[in-house]
Amino acid sequence: MKNKTFAIGGVHPAERKMAKDAAIEVFPLPAKVAISMAQHLGAPASPVVAKGDKVKVGQVIGTPTGFVSGFVHSSVSGTVTAVEPRADLAGNKVMHVCIDVEGDEYAEGINLSGRVERDVKGTPEELIEKIKAAGVVGMGGATFPTHIKLAPPKDKKAEYLIINGCECEPYVTADDRLMREHPHEIVMGARVMAKALGVETVIIAVEENKPEAFAALTEATLRYIGFYVYKMKKKYPQGGEKQLIDAVTGRRVPSGGLPIDTGCVVQNVATAYAVYQAVQKDKPLIERVMTVTGDCLKERKNYLVRIGTPLSAILDSVGGLPDGAVKVISGGPMMGKAVANLEATTQKGSSCLLVLTAKQTARTPEQPCIRCGRCTQACPMGLEPWLMNRLGRAGDTDALEENKIYDCIECGCCQSTCPAHIPLLDIVRTSKADVMKIIRSRAKK
Amino acid sequence: MSRLIVSPSPHFQSPNTTRVLMNDVLIALAPATVVSLLFYGWNALLLLAVSVVSCILCEFVIEKYLRGRNIPSISATVITGVLLALNLPPAAPWWIALIGSIAAIGIAKMCFGGLGQNIFNPAIFGRVFLLVSFPVIMTNWAAPAGWLGVDAFSGATPLAQVNEGLRAGIPASQIIAENGLTGWQAFFGAAGGSVGEVSALALLIGFVYLLVRRVIKPHIPLTILATVALMTTIFWLISPDKFTGPVFNLLSGGLLLGAIFMATDYVTSPMTNWGMVIYGVLIGVLTVLIRYFGSYPEGVSFAILMANMAVPLINKYCKPKRFAA
Amino acid sequence: MNPILITIVTLTAIGLLVSAILFIVAKKFKVEEDARIDDVEALLPGANCGGCGCAGCRDFATKLVSLDELGDVQCPVGGGETMNKIAALLGKTAPVSAPKIAVVKCNGTCENRPKVNDYDGFATCKVKASLYSGDTGCGFGCLGCGDCTRVCKFDAISMDPATGLPVVDESKCTGCGACVKACPKGVIELRPKGLRGMRVVVLCNNRDKGAVARKACQAACIGCAKCAKVCKFEAIAVENNLAYIDPEKCKLCTKCVDECPTGAIHKFNFPVKKKVEPKPEAAPEVKPVEKPVEKPAPEVKPEPKPEPEVKPEPKPVEKPAPEVKPEPVEKPAPAPEPAAEPAPAPEPDDREDVIELDI
Repeated sequence: MKNKTFAIGGVHPAERKMAKDAAIEVFPLPAKVAISMAQHLGAPASPVVAKGDKVKVGQVIGTPTGFVSGFVHSSVSGTVTAVEPRADLAGNKVMHVCIDVEGDEYAEGINLSGRVERDVKGTPEELIEKIKAAGVVGMGGATFPTHIKLAPPKDKKAEYLIINGCECEPYVTADDRLMREHPHEIVMGARVMAKALGVETVIIAVEENKPEAFAALTEATLRYIGFYVYKMKKKYPQGGEKQLIDAVTGRRVPSGGLPIDTGCVVQNVATAYAVYQAVQKDKPLIERVMTVTGDCLKERKNYLVRIGTPLSAILDSVGGLPDGAVKVISGGPMMGKAVANLEATTQKGSSCLLVLTAKQTARTPEQPCIRCGRCTQACPMGLEPWLMNRLGRAGDTDALEENKIYDCIECGCCQSTCPAHIPLLDIVRTSKADVMKIIRSRAKK
Repeated sequence: MSRLIVSPSPHFQSPNTTRVLMNDVLIALAPATVVSLLFYGWNALLLLAVSVVSCILCEFVIEKYLRGRNIPSISATVITGVLLALNLPPAAPWWIALIGSIAAIGIAKMCFGGLGQNIFNPAIFGRVFLLVSFPVIMTNWAAPAGWLGVDAFSGATPLAQVNEGLRAGIPASQIIAENGLTGWQAFFGAAGGSVGEVSALALLIGFVYLLVRRVIKPHIPLTILATVALMTTIFWLISPDKFTGPVFNLLSGGLLLGAIFMATDYVTSPMTNWGMVIYGVLIGVLTVLIRYFGSYPEGVSFAILMANMAVPLINKYCKPKRFAA
Repeated sequence: MNPILITIVTLTAIGLLVSAILFIVAKKFKVEEDARIDDVEALLPGANCGGCGCAGCRDFATKLVSLDELGDVQCPVGGGETMNKIAALLGKTAPVSAPKIAVVKCNGTCENRPKVNDYDGFATCKVKASLYSGDTGCGFGCLGCGDCTRVCKFDAISMDPATGLPVVDESKCTGCGACVKACPKGVIELRPKGLRGMRVVVLCNNRDKGAVARKACQAACIGCAKCAKVCKFEAIAVENNLAYIDPEKCKLCTKCVDECPTGAIHKFNFPVKKKVEPKPEAAPEVKPVEKPVEKPAPEVKPEPKPEPEVKPEPKPVEKPAPEVKPEPVEKPAPAPEPAAEPAPAPEPDDREDVIELDI
């Protein structure tokens, strides 16, 4: 069978998965952590501890403040030293709970055994409630609260649960390692979510460049009916939610629609693992697998790291920033965020810490557009970035809307193929924000 | 520790810069250029040198002193110069190349805003400008002695011979037979015509190189050639006496040069696959119509210029296939 | 028939037909428009800057004519003078106006506010602000990419390469507010021009706590409120660790300028030396121009002289000075200048080019 892929556009960046043979290591407990209250999409959580409080691992320290929001748990045990706004990795001030680590004492009821619990107990509602209480969010990077995705509106029925193990970003290997080392847990997490959603069919999508993960998952799903593991073509952005649904089912998420409109729910493998921990082990989301990589680093690792660990501590563990390293990226090179503040801490969505040299990442000056059409050919949403670049600079929001700028998924294919090095996505992204603002204000009226 | 760099994603840039792409086009032009130099000798070299140098100078002066910036891509300018030289008659005087370059760069390119902004392909514009302004010089196909010592081909191009013959009322087949114009002689390089038309084989080698390096997509050249082949076949079958056949038409004149190197110019061609197909068909149809029914024997240049004008419209209506309907 | 006759008849027929069509169309599609709109438009500066909130000067003229009362409607560029003329034309009363000017509330020069990282994206403030807090420790200050300079239709604001901050050319600024809207950090504020252009302003926008702000920038307002204490007119309020001087209440005593420990408060256009002349000069100038006076004016001491250097004590003493009355005269000087300037309005295309080149 031919490996599946999405229909339009896409690029083939060099994969450079240099850390794929590094087994997951448990990162040593840091001396201090600072846990952000805004680790999920939507309203930040509000802290429920105060300075001087003693907390245990897995204890709730932040509660949701809106419909799209989530719980935040302490990832360590110790004393709260401050509850204050601190700079996140972009330098923006966000409320953090800072804790001095003392010992490693877990809260009551958390099952720490390594046994795979295969018996899924509880009604869908109970399962979703448990997932919500554990603060599980989409761990592929978007950090959308998982419990909301698992409870689609009444009039929409989920048919497929797609577990996203594509990991199409270059460099990142966290999901690959997780799939190779914990396939049974991932499959159990998928079973929990399938039960919560009431779907019969679960499709696990793995890119073809991860044969070990594919084999491990195939083996782990043998005993379950309705589980399929698909091999996907290596192409970016295969792991994009809309692209993955198209590749797997041939359905297209409509403009402005949600995946559930096509009867699909997509969850990352790391999310599946977190759901398994939350439901079968009663362990909230307090740690995640994170890749530390970069051509210039001495060592490249996959760490199981507590949330709230300072990025600088992680970098120090692999020998610190080498000479010539100029950029640290949280996430992959295509969609990751450049880190402005190394004192920032890891979050639920931090899948990778990538260190690049100036030669790899520095931008060269923009040249005139030669209208080669590469951006248009590469766009997985069938948009015309060159045109939106022009319209965006002129501020023509009407024409931008006409050209469906709101469909942009900000994957970066256009900018990374542009021979003139035009900052297409920089402009499209801000123009899209402007257009969305206009659309929203119109919808309000 | 030095300061970190912060920028929005994506964090990589394409290694295929404008310069790399344009240099690839120059490499693809090399076989055709070398062959024509071998055939036409020093005068061809002079034309090439004059047109390249004057293109660069012209663009440099305008960019530097009127816009206050450097030439964005010197390779693109060199391509224009080379293409213009390849489009001149081998015996043309050097100042023809100079005037052509000034028209190509000064009018067709810089008046519209320089690289990436022009509507018409500068080299073709330069050629047509010269053809209209200096019709005698531009249709004098006398071949100067080349380095190979081959100076076999006579004064007129095959297309011109046929055109004149047909006007005189001689059937096409007879003209072809009399002059030995099978078309295949042009394949390896033995037909009169402008500097770059001398060998179809050399042009096709360049085409393959461009495809292998993924500099261009095959859509435009293939649709042009297919359209010409189809239309000429139909006409030829209808009346072999009045119209020349497909092989002759595909291999003679500037069709290959135009289809491979001029029509595929990024700036003046459409961006989507369907747009490219429409554009190619348009050029093919116009070429055949001009060759058969126009007063000029050669139609590719005019066809491409006219199709260039349609590109903004094609881009407007041939949107890429959207992901979400 | 005679061909000449045919020609004449045909042409006449065509002429009649066409004129009939023209007549009908003119009648049918006639748009009634108030003739005064043209007159009002002629009085407006014609810069089409959009500072009034309308789409160009003609739109604004239409709005003015349609209004019953001019109320607060203002042409920020033309100012009171223009509005008075228009009011006279329309037989309405002009609003009282204080000419405004853009003030960049940031003094984060390269020395004051060292960079902590390098920005390498598209060089506009908009993109930069949407990405992160900025390349200095201060998340509130000027980003230095010059969006404000590109939107200014009057060429009145430009980046100073030495400081990395925008500089407002007071003679050109019309107070249209375009730069205020363009600034994603809200660093630019429109403030009344002030008496003889004199202003006292807190040049800082940092709402972090004092220590944090000071660490990021030596010239930051640390919210210590010393200025508020020293101010006799309750013109200074400290909110969110940031002092704000209310231009309506400020009496230009400049005590706060001396008091501020970080030098975040600046005074503009105060005479440099003590001179005795100013008073005499001031007096003659004082013509009871019909100029609607800014509110601050009446109470304001005419004293340009109150020296900065002078100890706080002397100033208050001088202030009560009787000259108060004369001041109503808004110096006509500043107003006309801006009106004359509006000419150079760079075309959008040019601006685009500039952006390209900047990168």
